[in-house]
Amino acid sequence: MNNNETTTKNEMAPPKSSIGVPGWLKQNLFSNWWNTLLTIIFTVITIYVVKGTFTWVFFTAEWSVVSENFKLLMVGQYPDEELWRVWTALSIFTALVGISWGVWKGTMGHVSIFLGVVMAITMVVPFIAVGSRIWLAANIGLLVLGFAIGKQSEKLKKPVLVGWFLLVPIGMFFIEGFGLLNEVSTNFWGGFLLTCLIAIISIIASFPIGILLALGRRSNLPIIKWFSIIYIELIRGIPLITVLFVAQLMLPLFLGDTIELDKVLRAMIGFTLFNAAYLAENVRGGLQSLPRGQYEAAQALGLNKAKMMTFVIMPQALKAVIPAMVGQFISIFKDTVLVSIVGLIDLLGMAKKIIANPQFLGTQMESFVFVAFVFFMICYLMSYVSRRLERSLGVGER
Amino acid sequence: MSMQDEAKPLQGREDMIEVIGLNKWFGNLHVLKDVDLNVKQGEVVVVLGPSGSGKSTFIRTLNALEEFQKGEIHIDGINLSNDVANIEAIRKETGMVFQQFNLFPHMTILRNVMLAPIWVRKWKKDKAEKIAFELLERVGIPEQAHKYPGQLSGGQQQRVAIARALAMQPKIMLFDEPTSALDPEMIKEVLDVMKTLARSGMTMVVVTHEMSFAREVADRIVLFDYGEIVEMGEPNEVFENPKHERTKAFLSQIL
Repeated sequence: MNNNETTTKNEMAPPKSSIGVPGWLKQNLFSNWWNTLLTIIFTVITIYVVKGTFTWVFFTAEWSVVSENFKLLMVGQYPDEELWRVWTALSIFTALVGISWGVWKGTMGHVSIFLGVVMAITMVVPFIAVGSRIWLAANIGLLVLGFAIGKQSEKLKKPVLVGWFLLVPIGMFFIEGFGLLNEVSTNFWGGFLLTCLIAIISIIASFPIGILLALGRRSNLPIIKWFSIIYIELIRGIPLITVLFVAQLMLPLFLGDTIELDKVLRAMIGFTLFNAAYLAENVRGGLQSLPRGQYEAAQALGLNKAKMMTFVIMPQALKAVIPAMVGQFISIFKDTVLVSIVGLIDLLGMAKKIIANPQFLGTQMESFVFVAFVFFMICYLMSYVSRRLERSLGVGER
Repeated sequence: MSMQDEAKPLQGREDMIEVIGLNKWFGNLHVLKDVDLNVKQGEVVVVLGPSGSGKSTFIRTLNALEEFQKGEIHIDGINLSNDVANIEAIRKETGMVFQQFNLFPHMTILRNVMLAPIWVRKWKKDKAEKIAFELLERVGIPEQAHKYPGQLSGGQQQRVAIARALAMQPKIMLFDEPTSALDPEMIKEVLDVMKTLARSGMTMVVVTHEMSFAREVADRIVLFDYGEIVEMGEPNEVFENPKHERTKAFLSQIL
C-alpha cells in the first residue's frame, strides 16, 4: 500500500457544491430581472390554483355524493347479505400480500404499506358502515399477521406462489358462487369491483395467449406463423370498442344456443382477445432484443426448444419488456370504463348513474374527481411496482 | 507437464468425430467444400485459417448449430441428420464454448452451470450442485458461484462457460475462438484451463488464432482457406515445413 502512495496521486474529495438555500434560490430563480419576473408570475399562479383547489376540496365540494353512494361505487348492486363473500376474497388477497411481504420484502413491502394505508384511511372515514370497518380492521390485521408468518419461514415461497395462482379461481368462486354458494348474477356486479375483475381477469388470461402468439409469430411452421400474424394484425387494426361489440353481439351468434355466456364474461373475453394481441407484440420485441448467442448457448447445452424458452429466453425477454407490458396493463385497466357502452356499470358508469339521480344534481365534479382519484391510485401503484421490479431484477445487468 | 511429453498413442483409438464430404452453402455462397476430417478420441485438433475461411462455420456444423446440405457427420457413432432425437443426443455429447461467452445473464454462475445437468441430464439438485462446484474449482473461480455473469471479468466469464459446458460431461469439447473477445491480460487464464483440459484426455476441436497454444497443445493442425482444408498435419510439420503456398502465406501474416 505504502509503495502505491508514492506513485499515485492522493485521492481528494470532490469540491463542495452545496451553496445553501438562499444561494440556490438566487442562482436558479432570481439570477436576472427576467427570471425574477417569471418566478413571481408563476408563484402567483401556483398560489391561486392551489388555493382554489384547496377551498373547493375542503369547503365547496359536496362529498356526500360519494359518501352516500360509497357502496354503489365500490361493488355496485352486489346484495348486502352476500357482501361477506367479496370481503373474504379481498381478505385472501390481503393475507397473500402480507405473507409475500414477509417472504420477499422489498417491493411487496411498499405494496403492503400502500394497501394498509388505504384500508386504514377508509376505515376511519366517518361514512363507512360498522361491518365494513370490522372487515377492514381484520384485513389490516391479516396484513401484519401475514408479514409475521412470512418472515418466519423462507420455505413459504412455493406455497405462496401457488396461493397467488389459486387466488383468482378462489376469489371468483366466492364472488360468483358457482352453484355451491348462492349464485350472485353478474348483473349485480358493478362499480370498482367490476372494473377490477374485468381488468385482472383479462390481464391474467391474455398473458399466456400473448406469449403463445409471440412465439407463434416467430414459428417456422407456416400455418401457426400466419395465423398469429393475421390474428395480431387484425386485432390491432380494430378499435377496442368494436372488439367489445363483437364480443357482446357476435360471440353468442358464433357459439349458437348451446353455450350461453353472460355479459361480463363476454366483456372479459373481448378484453382478453384485444390485450393478447398487443402483449404478443411487446413480447416479440423482447424476444428480438436477445442476442442469437443466447439461443445457441442453450441449444449447444442440449436444452430442447421448450426448456430453452422457459429457462433461458422468456425470463430475459419478459424482463426486457416489463415497462411496455405494464404500460399495456395500465391502459387496459383504464379502458375498462368502455364496458359502459355494452351496458355494464363499472366505476365510471356508476358515477354517471348516480349524478343522473335528481337527489345528487350538480355533483358531477365530486363524482368524477373521486373516480379519477381511484384510477390514479391504482395506475400509479402499478407503474411504481413496475419501476421497482425493473430495478430489483436489474442485478447482474450486462 | 509430463503428460504432454508422453506420446499419446492415438492410432488404435476410435473416431469420435467423422466428417465425410461436407458441403455447405449460404444461399449461393459455397462456404464449406468437400471437407473430410476424422478426430480420434482424446485428440486435440486446432483449426486455423484467415477470417471468412469457414472454420467457425465448420465447427458449428458439428453440433448442428448450422445446417449443411451435403455430406455426412458422425459424432461418437451418431449420425447427424435432421432427426431431432439425434441432434439432441449429439448435443448431449458435445460441449461448446463461444467467442462471446454467451452465459445466461439472468442466472447466477452456479445456476448457469447447473441448468443443463438438471434439465437435460435429469440429475438431482444436490448432485448437480456438487459437480458444479467441482468444476468451478477446476476452472479456478469457486468463490464467484453466487455472482451474476455481468459482475465477472471476460476471462472469468469464459472460464465459467467452459465449466458450464463440462458440467454436461461431454465426450467432445468444441471451442469457437474462445479468446478472441478477451483483453490480452485475460487470454492466458483461459488458455491455461484449456491446456489442462487437453491433458486430461478430452477430445477437442479448437478454432483459434493463438499460435502458441496450437504449437503446444495440438495433436494436429487443420488449416482452412476458402472453405476447404488446405493443409493438415502435426504442429511441427505445419509450422516448420508448410507444403502449401496458402499455408505459407497465412503463416507469414501471423507469425
